[in-house]
Amino acid sequence: MTSYLQIDGVTKKFGDFTALEKVDLSVRKGEFVTFLGPSGSGKTTTLMIIAGFEKATHGDVLIEGRSISRLAPHERNIGIVFQNYALFPHKTAAENVYFPLQMRSIARSAGLRKAQEMLSLVGLEGMGGRYPKELSGGQQQRVALARALVFEPSLLLLDEPLGALDKNLREQMQIEIKRIQRTLGVTTIFVTHDQSEAMSMSDRIVVFEKGRIEQAATPLDIYHRPATRFVAGFVGESNLVPAEIKDAGGVAESAALGACDFEPAEPVSPGDNVTLLIRPEHIRLSRKPIEGRKNVSMHVDTIVNYGDNSLVIGRVGDLQMRVRVLGADVVIIKEGEDCCVSWLPESVYAIPAA
Amino acid sequence: MGATIARLAQRPNLWPWLLLAPLALYLAIFFLVPLADVAIMSVTEPKLSLANYERVLTGTLYQRVFFNTFLTAGLVTLACLLVGYPLAYLMNHSSQRTAMLILLLVTMSFWTSFLVRTYAWMVLLGNNGPVIGLLRAVGFETTPQLLFTRFSSTLAMVHILAPYMIMNIYSVMRKIDPVLIRSAESLGARGFSLFRHIYLPLTAPGIANGCVLVFVICLGFYVTPVLLGSPREQMIAGLIGTQIEEFLAFGMGSAMAMILLAVTLAILAIYHRRFGLDKLWG
Repeated sequence: MTSYLQIDGVTKKFGDFTALEKVDLSVRKGEFVTFLGPSGSGKTTTLMIIAGFEKATHGDVLIEGRSISRLAPHERNIGIVFQNYALFPHKTAAENVYFPLQMRSIARSAGLRKAQEMLSLVGLEGMGGRYPKELSGGQQQRVALARALVFEPSLLLLDEPLGALDKNLREQMQIEIKRIQRTLGVTTIFVTHDQSEAMSMSDRIVVFEKGRIEQAATPLDIYHRPATRFVAGFVGESNLVPAEIKDAGGVAESAALGACDFEPAEPVSPGDNVTLLIRPEHIRLSRKPIEGRKNVSMHVDTIVNYGDNSLVIGRVGDLQMRVRVLGADVVIIKEGEDCCVSWLPESVYAIPAA
Repeated sequence: MGATIARLAQRPNLWPWLLLAPLALYLAIFFLVPLADVAIMSVTEPKLSLANYERVLTGTLYQRVFFNTFLTAGLVTLACLLVGYPLAYLMNHSSQRTAMLILLLVTMSFWTSFLVRTYAWMVLLGNNGPVIGLLRAVGFETTPQLLFTRFSSTLAMVHILAPYMIMNIYSVMRKIDPVLIRSAESLGARGFSLFRHIYLPLTAPGIANGCVLVFVICLGFYVTPVLLGSPREQMIAGLIGTQIEEFLAFGMGSAMAMILLAVTLAILAIYHRRFGLDKLWG
């Protein structure tokens, strides 16, 4: 993999507190990478080190093989969209977008023309004359995006840019950002704590936890083959069951579920401790056991109705289990009843113990 | 009485007015009535005519005093800005300790009676004062006249009024989102261009507030220019004082006061249309 952006053993300490510990990451040209993690996990610190607003205690950041660690933020040619957009209130939308060109000594008429083109690209044709306070949140967001892209930056950084928007607008902007990013082919790093946002937008997701990278992989791998228990729990809903390998070919045993077949993705040996991951939507709910599946009996405690689907929470022995069922299927069961839950061996993923 | 209060209590929208009444009454008796009296005097003393205004507006002496007043107010405002802006910037951008120290010095100076500060300058700049003493000590044969000049009165007024400028600019600087500055840096701005295109425009409301306040207060400043300034470069408030105290020319003094009031109100009106008067105190 030829790397465009390289983060090389970056450690960041604030006094005694280690915010980042030996972070390594390499990003391809044109890639859309999302930094995902809870607050305080180090994702924003990493972004700020790339941008140059924080200095790494150890380690290096390289773009196309050249270290940028010694460059000041204004010398890095990196476009950033901040959480609150950070538009200049005394400048119109077009002047905001023109600003980075102005700083690069591009003449006003040519620069403003380019700013207008950029505003058209982000869907703000004819809005250039408005001041930020005359624009909606979504429109301000688009101006900030246009401003961060107009000078053809070597990298685009997005720091939780959708946090302040309501749900519908947020989905719309997710699609918009992806479209614009593809059109321009700019290498992008997107920081978020919203896992569905990360799933839908990224080429690759980097999951941060406690200053370390837990996993860097495609969204599908993150979801279906999480490297650690933390990733499995943080991304999507999950049933996590501690178990012990009985057969290297794919049998594990847990106290609650008994012997459980799975398809090993990594080599395992008998006696290994693993955590079995079974996603709630991979589990079927029925009155009677279904042949060809692993069946266990579950006592239903709670049913939460979401309209198109329901979440059924129940108990298998001591183990709490969550099952997602489509709206139509839930009518067969009521709270307080016993039923049968089942899954296929390929729906079980064994996460190696740390 | 009890019944009246009970009735008032049932109409809660009256309460704010009731609470406001003592102040309103006070202002009416001690401000509006005397002001009206001055207005009336300006057209009735010594007889009913606009002659006082005519003399004030056409007389070269009065024109010169008005011109001098505006010039001094302008100079003081400019000097306050030049001193105040860097100080406010320093306060906002230095360590907490340094910022507190500057704030302490500024507010201590602000809370000291301006009469005391005026006399302090008399001591400092007087012929037997430390400044002259220092000049003599380093070998100046003839020392310049510092006291009772435009220099001394301007200097003292800058000292007295600079806190208004500093606090106004500082309060605006404090509210600037540091992310805006980071954002400008990431877009390629730095040093002077960052200051000129981003920082300065963002602090402009503070500059406008500070300038209007200092200018307006300076226009009507009495004690300091009278005590420290040159008698040949009188300001309008001083002249009003002389008219009334020495010549008992109540009509002339009143006319000048009314013109000064009109000018002040005009400046505030312009400010109000541009920024809104409610923002003047930060």
